[in-house]
Amino acid sequence: MAEPAIAAAHMSLGYAGRAVLRGLEFQVPTGSRVGILGPNGGGKTTLFRALTGEIEPLSGHLEVNATTATVAQTDRSRLDYPVSALDVATMGSLARLPWWKRPGRAERRRAREALAEVGLAELADSTFGDLSGGQRQRVLIARALTADAELLLMDEPFTGLDTTNEQRLEELIDSLAVKGRTVMIATHEVEQAERWDLVLCLNGEQISFGDPAVAISKPVLEATYGGHIVEIPGQPELGVLPAHHHHHDEGHEGAGQ
Amino acid sequence: MIDWLVDPLTHGFTVRALIEIALLGVTSGAIGCWVVLYRISYSAESLAHGMFPGLVGAALLGLPLMLGGATGIIIAGLLIAVVGRLSADAADTAIAVVVTSLFGLGVLLALSPDSPPGIQALLFGDPLGITEGQLLVTALLGATVLAALWFGHDRLLAVGFDGDAGRAGGPSPGLIQGLLLILVAVTVLVGVQGLGNLLVAAILVGPAAAARLLTDRMKPMILLSAGIAVLSGVAGLYLSFHGRVAAGAAIVACILLAYLSAAFLAAAKTRLVRPTRKETPDEPVTQLV
Repeated sequence: MAEPAIAAAHMSLGYAGRAVLRGLEFQVPTGSRVGILGPNGGGKTTLFRALTGEIEPLSGHLEVNATTATVAQTDRSRLDYPVSALDVATMGSLARLPWWKRPGRAERRRAREALAEVGLAELADSTFGDLSGGQRQRVLIARALTADAELLLMDEPFTGLDTTNEQRLEELIDSLAVKGRTVMIATHEVEQAERWDLVLCLNGEQISFGDPAVAISKPVLEATYGGHIVEIPGQPELGVLPAHHHHHDEGHEGAGQ
Repeated sequence: MIDWLVDPLTHGFTVRALIEIALLGVTSGAIGCWVVLYRISYSAESLAHGMFPGLVGAALLGLPLMLGGATGIIIAGLLIAVVGRLSADAADTAIAVVVTSLFGLGVLLALSPDSPPGIQALLFGDPLGITEGQLLVTALLGATVLAALWFGHDRLLAVGFDGDAGRAGGPSPGLIQGLLLILVAVTVLVGVQGLGNLLVAAILVGPAAAARLLTDRMKPMILLSAGIAVLSGVAGLYLSFHGRVAAGAAIVACILLAYLSAAFLAAAKTRLVRPTRKETPDEPVTQLV
């Protein structure tokens, strides 16, 4: 096998010497789709920060053999900003250019190609804030493609999407993987993660990793979400009863909502 | 009508004032767009007010105003940064306290018995009293600011868009924001000569806010903003010349008028062009337009 896109060994991550994520031990082959399951605060963001090189492992070893870009949630970007979809996609080129160079015609052409790749060629000149949530998400993916990212880290990209856009985004993720890009997707939907190549369950530590058919089980989900897994009558997926009922908004973090 | 336009041009001081205001208009119109987009209007105004003791001090000691202004703005900037950091919860309150204290100190100095005449110009500006030396300073610093903005355009745009969120080896948000604040400080310093301590924030924020209402793209916004600033400045000077009103105040009045016109135009355009615009529908609005 070729060298993996990511290899983590005995790794723990955290801030100011305090670990928030322990026992990371996994290898991700290039071109795979990896679902990341875990409650909010379970360490997904911390892992992403380590993968982009923003933080160093507290202990253990991390190897990332790919240029990496984060695809943030679109509600972190500004909708009142005077930019087109093409402007946003072009921003990706700044990651590759030396600091004294401005993006030129070649970079804008590359950005247009990236927009075409995510199915937004016709909307390249639309104002970013006027696009729908699903379209904005794809523009941000195009920006990562313009940065020539081989490893894309998607932070809950399905939040707020309707079924059609959700499906479109899943197809896009599939096609990125087929073209050899590694995609890591933080999600709350267990059913979705089951369709991808690998799954990584996190809750302050690595709960499990591997082929979803093997790595996802009832005890794993219970350990991941710290609650009780129940079967919802009439629905194929499992639901999570949060362990702390006094936190009313914790319910939506559960799987299979 | 021709006389009305040409008359002011027969006096050296009005010509210098027109050149000064045009240079300042282009510079502050351009950087003002970033001030508006980065939501740092308050910081810009704070810097302008906070430098007042430096200006008065220079006037009292007979030193060049720019020197006093520069010292004042550096001290004000550092104080604002320190205080903002110490009390992260109520940073705006802390900054307000620092800025009003500095301004009060300036007023105290200005009202002292040995303060020279003309201290009023520090508050409200005196575009008609601009010297050739000051013009040169405005041109040089303005060109520096504009060059830096042109050079950093794409990085400024990216950091303002979502800061850290989309970062991957791109520009460091902290560095870009810091550099922008320095450029704003330089522009304020330049603008104080013509518009004074109290009014300089108007030309920094007003034209850009007006331009934002009229366009959805950054480059047209910068051009529009610079254009509005220059036009308002020139119109204000003519108003001042013929109507015998204070130049700085007349310029600010024209900027306000430009902003109100832009707001009116934008409202009219929204009604005419997008009668049924909804809150982020799932299909693009742009296809409806």
